[in-house]
Amino acid sequence: MTPGPQAPRRYADSARPWWQRMLVSRDAAMIAVLALTVVVALATVDNFSSPVTATYLVLDVAPIVMLALPMTLVIITGEIDLSVASTVGLSSVLIGALYQAGLPMAVAVAVALAAGLLAGLVNGLLVTVVGLPSLAVTIGTLALYRGLAVGVLGTAAVTDFPDSWTGLVKAKLFGTVLPLVTVLLVVLALVFAVVLHLTSFGRGLYAIGLSNDTAVFSGVGVRRAKILLFMATGFTAALVGVYYTLRYGSARGDNASGMELSVIAAVLLGGVSIFGGRGAIPGVLAGAFLIGVLASALRLAGITSDVISILTGSLLVLSVVLTSVLSWVTRRRQTAAAKRSVQPPHEG
Amino acid sequence: MTHALARMTRTVLTARETAIVLAVLLVIVATTVKNPLFVFSPDGTRDLLLAPSLLVLLAIGQTVVLVTRNVDLSVGSVMGLSAYLTGRLFIDAPHLPTIAVMALGVLLGCLLGLVNGALVALAKVPALVITLGTLYAYRGFNVLWTGSDRINSSDMPHGFLELGTGRLLGVPYLALLAAVVLVVVAWFLSNARSGRQLYAIGSAPDAAELYGLPTTRRVLTAFLLGGALAGLAGVLYAARYGTVSSQAGSGYELEAIGAAVIGGVAIFGGSGTVWGAACGAVLLVTINRALPVLGVQEFWQQAVVGALIIGAIVLDRVLATRQTRRLTVMGDDER
Repeated sequence: MTPGPQAPRRYADSARPWWQRMLVSRDAAMIAVLALTVVVALATVDNFSSPVTATYLVLDVAPIVMLALPMTLVIITGEIDLSVASTVGLSSVLIGALYQAGLPMAVAVAVALAAGLLAGLVNGLLVTVVGLPSLAVTIGTLALYRGLAVGVLGTAAVTDFPDSWTGLVKAKLFGTVLPLVTVLLVVLALVFAVVLHLTSFGRGLYAIGLSNDTAVFSGVGVRRAKILLFMATGFTAALVGVYYTLRYGSARGDNASGMELSVIAAVLLGGVSIFGGRGAIPGVLAGAFLIGVLASALRLAGITSDVISILTGSLLVLSVVLTSVLSWVTRRRQTAAAKRSVQPPHEG
Repeated sequence: MTHALARMTRTVLTARETAIVLAVLLVIVATTVKNPLFVFSPDGTRDLLLAPSLLVLLAIGQTVVLVTRNVDLSVGSVMGLSAYLTGRLFIDAPHLPTIAVMALGVLLGCLLGLVNGALVALAKVPALVITLGTLYAYRGFNVLWTGSDRINSSDMPHGFLELGTGRLLGVPYLALLAAVVLVVVAWFLSNARSGRQLYAIGSAPDAAELYGLPTTRRVLTAFLLGGALAGLAGVLYAARYGTVSSQAGSGYELEAIGAAVIGGVAIFGGSGTVWGAACGAVLLVTINRALPVLGVQEFWQQAVVGALIIGAIVLDRVLATRQTRRLTVMGDDER
């Protein structure tokens, strides 16, 4: 039983109590960055502290947060779904087209949600049963679902939605500044956090991401898990489609186009490894809100949206480069430490 | 002799490129039957070759990157920046000869590609993430620089614009240029030692590293080349369309990847040719142009693109599975 090169560090690591490990985790760092950004914004940006800002911040960031949750699970298994924003557009268009055709709003929404599930199922089947790389599949369905959305309505838009439905987005939570969608965000975040962190299904997802084959041979239902995740992503995207339609009171084929990039940026910023097997919901929430807070603060400070896009891009690049450099430094230090601890027996 | 000939015939007949060329011809014939002007008009033949040229350039660049098991999502943004730089130079530096302006546009592409490559190869971060980030960042710089400004054709010299639409012996300049690039890059990938190494790196990055291949340098080269071609496509975009806004080239990245994938370039590296990618680009563009003529509303174009991409990768998968099975059976026979 000679100690492996990584052994000393690992024992030291697990010897720490859980709260200490949590404090030095990447999620904690991300939450700290978010908190710092909020404090700086409150101190330096006029009107950032006004209640209206909070309302709009939540309204604006809600789609990214909602989509980032299932996307986290998908990326942890080592897959990716680039088609989410197209599914948002498709579900939005379906609501518009069906409502325009005279169907009740509830039916239109139900059909849109079912379409989201179906869109996810198609992705899932192509990835698992046919065995195709999800990157290629979802680049294809990104074009396909968006194409269907644009095909159904063309350049037309449906806008005359009933007030009883659009009012849902404007409504506030028990007289606070928070919009009603906050409830949806909290529920979704809890559901995905519990599934990922507190169930054996969730542990299985990490196993799949670390080694797909090992997971298969260890009895993890890899196919079923991946199909379910893609369906969850599709369903959530359809939910976002409903929200988006009601929020802007407009169903158009190009709704939410390009949003997949912001979602993936938020997830990766939140510390999820693109290689799979690593990441957690708290970090992702912090990542998504960080993008939202930055965008909101900069807009209030009169800085145009192009700077925000430069910033989002640079943050994304910086966060992964930094992680990569840090892990390289840690590895170097571990190897050095291991060499030191191994050497005496050799000499003696 | 006849055996070799038979084998060659079979190789040609079963090649991915042949299938796509047939598909392109089928689309052209079907469309022409419906409306003869699609081919038999002064603009018909020209557009047939002119329309896909820019995408062919991007698809070639994307293939070089994809082959090394990387991807460049930022090509659309690079294209936009170099298109705007081209127009800007014509306005701000009127004394600069056209060829120098074009060279600077390509150089900008090289530079941006090099940034991508350096981040990917040196920091060992997946290209998907890096180029997703630079897609944003480059486009952001473009919007910041351009604002609501727009370069118009009146800002650019006539000779330059002629390049975008003119013809030599009936063949558009752009198509000629794309063909030259295609031949050169195809030769590089299939014959040059460093070109072959790109495939080795893409098939098994770890093995390539162990074998002593200069993986970092090769990956850098691939991104540099991809960036240069995106820069060239940007310059030609300015010549072809005559107007450049801050959104020029946006969305081209997916079409370029789509074209490559349709052309049989594996998304996880190690296989595929630029011939295939170029054919894929021609097929994509031709179908898009044929749809309205065939009575399909133009809004459905993107859906067709998506269906094509998925069809292509499913086909690849089926073929690969069949080949594996055949090889396994052959192996069993020998035993």
